[in-house]
Amino acid sequence: MIDVDLVLPDDPSFGPDVQVDYPGYRSTRFRAPDRPLVTLPEELHSLDGPVFGEELLGPLDSDLTRQHEGEPLGERIFVSGRLLDEDGRPLRGALIEIWQANSAGRYRHEVDQHPAPLDPNFSGAGRCLTDDEGNYRFVTIKPGSYPWGNHDNAWRPAHIHFSVLGRAFSQRLVTQMYFPGDPLIPFDPIIHAVRDPKARALLVAEFDLAQTEPQWALAYRWDIVLGRGRGATPLEQE
Amino acid sequence: MSLPRTPSQTVGPFFTIGLCRRPENELDPKGTMLAGVLYDGNGDAVRDGVIELWDAESRRFGRCGTDAAGTFTFRIRPDADALDGHVFARGLLKHQRFRIPVRELARDDDGGTVFDIRLQGDGATTFYET
Repeated sequence: MIDVDLVLPDDPSFGPDVQVDYPGYRSTRFRAPDRPLVTLPEELHSLDGPVFGEELLGPLDSDLTRQHEGEPLGERIFVSGRLLDEDGRPLRGALIEIWQANSAGRYRHEVDQHPAPLDPNFSGAGRCLTDDEGNYRFVTIKPGSYPWGNHDNAWRPAHIHFSVLGRAFSQRLVTQMYFPGDPLIPFDPIIHAVRDPKARALLVAEFDLAQTEPQWALAYRWDIVLGRGRGATPLEQE
Repeated sequence: MSLPRTPSQTVGPFFTIGLCRRPENELDPKGTMLAGVLYDGNGDAVRDGVIELWDAESRRFGRCGTDAAGTFTFRIRPDADALDGHVFARGLLKHQRFRIPVRELARDDDGGTVFDIRLQGDGATTFYET
């Protein structure tokens, strides 16, 4: 049985903004801020953010299939795309961090009690810096779906968590990338907290036949667009 | 050209895998302690949250996941004027931005400072548009 309020009707007026007090995602109840946000002075809005260098990264940080002695079980995939701002300018040198469940739908995390096997060859974490054109690329395995306690027989659609640190401090995004055609998406309150269907569609990657590698791996493409972060003009300033 | 922004989603309960792989909470390794508790609107400690702080003047960034008591700790520059921060948590569909007016806060004998974060309800932290 599924509660009627798990998925609210589409509402394009939200645009790209997620409804933070979305009732179908029950954990929002005592955690979503309940007061109007205060406008930041311009000089704080455009504050530069942290810059990360290559020295931070290990050689296998972006390849989640090679971080252990053996290979993880599951469907090998490439996940790649571009990081842009709203004006279409690439954001270079931005730190992208990802984490995900293994192919059985289990996270390597003490809180995860889903009775699916851990994979000794999969940690589920990766990171990289975007290149000069804003490109990023990960090698991983397709995560499994998993149950959660939000409501009766609740299952999350397969997803990869993404954290992005842009150039301005205000260019900060943590989100989730979903897979096209996942039958659980229509029932998931977390993705439906994005009320505008066009915005919701931006969270779903595209299957990318051109990037697949024969006899080796499938590929998905997912571009990420951050707000402007005025004052931070990554191409013009450098 | 104006491209639509990618929407935010919660960090969920398992973010430590990706965001807390190593201690990153020393913006100034020899600095003073800044500690706080992250509370929900029920007054309960949030044990699956993560706080990021940015010292724009020294250009140092730090991150700390909350512990079983909802506590986060950082080492910060003793003479920092203010720090900008973001809070993330399970149940929080978009991170919230706040500012710590370090200079205005009371100090203990060691120069340590307390700054609690309340997501909701009475005494809620001031959050800014992003």
